[in-house]
Amino acid sequence: MSKALAIQGADIDFVIPYTADHPGIDFMRIHSATGLTPLERNGLGAYDSSKVINKSLSKADINDLKDMRGVQKRYVKFVENFVGDNKPDVVHAHDWLTMEAGMRVKELTGAPLIVHVHATEFDRSGSDTGNPIVHEIEYQGLMMADRILAVSNITKSIIMHKYGIPEDKIEVVYNAIDVSSFNDGYVYDFSTYKYLEALKQEGYTVAVTVTRFTIQKGLTHLVKAAAKACQKYDKIVFLFAGDGEQRDELISLASKLGISDKIFFTGFVRGKQWRDAFSVGDMFIMSSVSEPFGLTALEAAHHGNALIISKQSGVGEVLHGIFRYDFWDEDLLADQIIGIATSDALKTCLQNDIKQEYDKITWRDVAKKCLMVYEKMKSQGGLAI
Amino acid sequence: MSKRGIALYLHVHQPYRVRKYSVFDTAYNHDYFNDSDYNSERNNEQVFRKVAAKSYRPMNSLLEKMIAAHPDFKVSLSITGTFLEQAEMWAPDVIESFKRLVDSGRVEIVAETYYHSLAFFFSKAEFERQVDMHRNKIKELFGVETKVFRNTELSYNDSLAKWADEKGFKGILAEGWDPVLEWRSPNFVYKPKDTKNISLLLKNYKLSDDIAFRFSNKNWSEWPLSAEKYSAWANASISDQPLINLFMDYETFGEHQWEDTGIFNFFEAFISKWLEGGDKTFYTLSEAIDTFEPIGEISMPYTVTWADTERDLTAWLGNSMQQEAMRYIYAIEEDVMSTKDLDLISDWRKLQTSDHVYYMCTKWFSDGDVHAYFSPYSSPYDAFLYYLNTVRDLRWRLHHYHHTGGLNG
Repeated sequence: MSKALAIQGADIDFVIPYTADHPGIDFMRIHSATGLTPLERNGLGAYDSSKVINKSLSKADINDLKDMRGVQKRYVKFVENFVGDNKPDVVHAHDWLTMEAGMRVKELTGAPLIVHVHATEFDRSGSDTGNPIVHEIEYQGLMMADRILAVSNITKSIIMHKYGIPEDKIEVVYNAIDVSSFNDGYVYDFSTYKYLEALKQEGYTVAVTVTRFTIQKGLTHLVKAAAKACQKYDKIVFLFAGDGEQRDELISLASKLGISDKIFFTGFVRGKQWRDAFSVGDMFIMSSVSEPFGLTALEAAHHGNALIISKQSGVGEVLHGIFRYDFWDEDLLADQIIGIATSDALKTCLQNDIKQEYDKITWRDVAKKCLMVYEKMKSQGGLAI
Repeated sequence: MSKRGIALYLHVHQPYRVRKYSVFDTAYNHDYFNDSDYNSERNNEQVFRKVAAKSYRPMNSLLEKMIAAHPDFKVSLSITGTFLEQAEMWAPDVIESFKRLVDSGRVEIVAETYYHSLAFFFSKAEFERQVDMHRNKIKELFGVETKVFRNTELSYNDSLAKWADEKGFKGILAEGWDPVLEWRSPNFVYKPKDTKNISLLLKNYKLSDDIAFRFSNKNWSEWPLSAEKYSAWANASISDQPLINLFMDYETFGEHQWEDTGIFNFFEAFISKWLEGGDKTFYTLSEAIDTFEPIGEISMPYTVTWADTERDLTAWLGNSMQQEAMRYIYAIEEDVMSTKDLDLISDWRKLQTSDHVYYMCTKWFSDGDVHAYFSPYSSPYDAFLYYLNTVRDLRWRLHHYHHTGGLNG
């Protein structure tokens, strides 16, 4: 997205919370707010503030940067200093992690604040609770924003109903997929999931999900639907690619339902294994309870899968050639899985139809929309609140 | 010299929509058509009652009024068997008003398949049985014989015309589609190729679609359409020609075009306008055929319908889901008929109604909007899914009868 913005004339200062080399990034200036390496930085999760990283930090940083809030505070400090010399036309802040810095810039420089919402705490926690500090930051950021960009209507409606933001302040800007990034000489390796390929030879259908195993992703419903489907038609297998805190729960649920041999857990996958997981599939299922967008669905489409997407996933709003279901509707999901597994016509129609449309939205369109918002905000001076 | 005139023909139809028939119903519950949720768009009773209130009742009383007011007003109707069955259950007064219309002697009933099916393209034997069933039903309810034939969705080709000719129909209907007509006008009576006695009436799609599709479209440069303007167009269209064939769905009046678009007022005003002066008239389809000699011969070797920009069968048989659905349903014909189980045969036939495959259409980008409007399912894939489950259940029931063969998934 940054690249598409730069190509269309935006001058970007991009502030990241860690220090690393960025080969090939020549279209914007990157600034590091801390001296942390990405690994150290990524070791700090939103839910593990007690995790202590004390190996290579300087004495002064140890207390500040051992949790995510600390890094965030440092990030804000850095940005405050930075805008002292570099007054921006607009500030584009993404999600709660950078909202505080965005608000501070608006306060200091009067530049209009655009908050881009990719996910709210309601999405991440998959429930009405979540972390109250995060909720508070999000609420402030959304209130302070001059304009809000949401990645789907689902997200827009959460911003309206859970945070009480008026509709006319929010614009939907769907995510896109960079198809050219897939043209890297990738060739599907049939031996990666050899056992699944052998089952396919015997007429089995492979249903894939590639995700983090957390409550937001609705995977317990998917496992139950899988059990229901197998009870009616047993030549289906499920590939669960990924990892997460829910993994053990899912494994034990599958065994309770008697379908342990039907579900393949890969553990954490990346690179080739990750792409091969898409390639081995006949269908891809996104079972999320709340998914602001869901880019993996487009990746799955690129690799030839038929898509089944929960109605609570934003990506479903822009696609036609897909099955949709409510994340709790295990019967319908089972029905759709069996339908695809038992009808070649249905499977190929879904696979071909989605291939025709999954790459219709491009980052260029996204950038264009953002730039239009920037221009409008600039001309209004940004002090609308 | 006979008066120039309009042959107005309206098609009356309601399918039995398949409910959300899941794989968990299959082999347990053989009721495919009664959605338990009364408010669902798939609930046939709910839909029927709604359309009866919006369209069938007000339009029939308007037609009665026009017949009483104008001695020259006439209209032709084709009414499917699946409509009549549902009307008998949920709106018997609508049947009574159709009877009064027919009894006036100025309303002709047109022949077609009882189940509004595509049987002609899959099983000639089943097709003929359904045409006979329809003829008997019309005779039983209205006491009249049908003389003019129209096939489902106005689908037509030379071999259909030959069949209708041999069966003794005096006329048959088709789309007046430019690529077929070339320089010729639809405003004449024609003779189908290689036939003896039958006449061909061609829909004037421009004037028909002005009412059926464009009437309420505010982006249309001619909106709003007045009776005066439309009458002037129609008059100009036949300044030196005899006949305008206006063919459309009956539900255009009140359902596709709601009352608040002014469609009923337009219709009433147009009829008065057209008959003003007494030099122009209305014909039933049979009268038009009796009045005007065929002016030439027309051949349509490939099937032409009245749907979409392609005017072919792709809205019903364009993708592999649709083809598979029809292949499955007609593959079990012999096994179904040999059970002599009337409920089973009736369920099988209700699943032949062309609407089911229409809901599976995936022609998104050119005509997709039209299809989406008429579909009670969230996607073509869902429509196919429920249909596939009914096919499985039919197979299960057949298995029970015949104790042979596999279930084929």
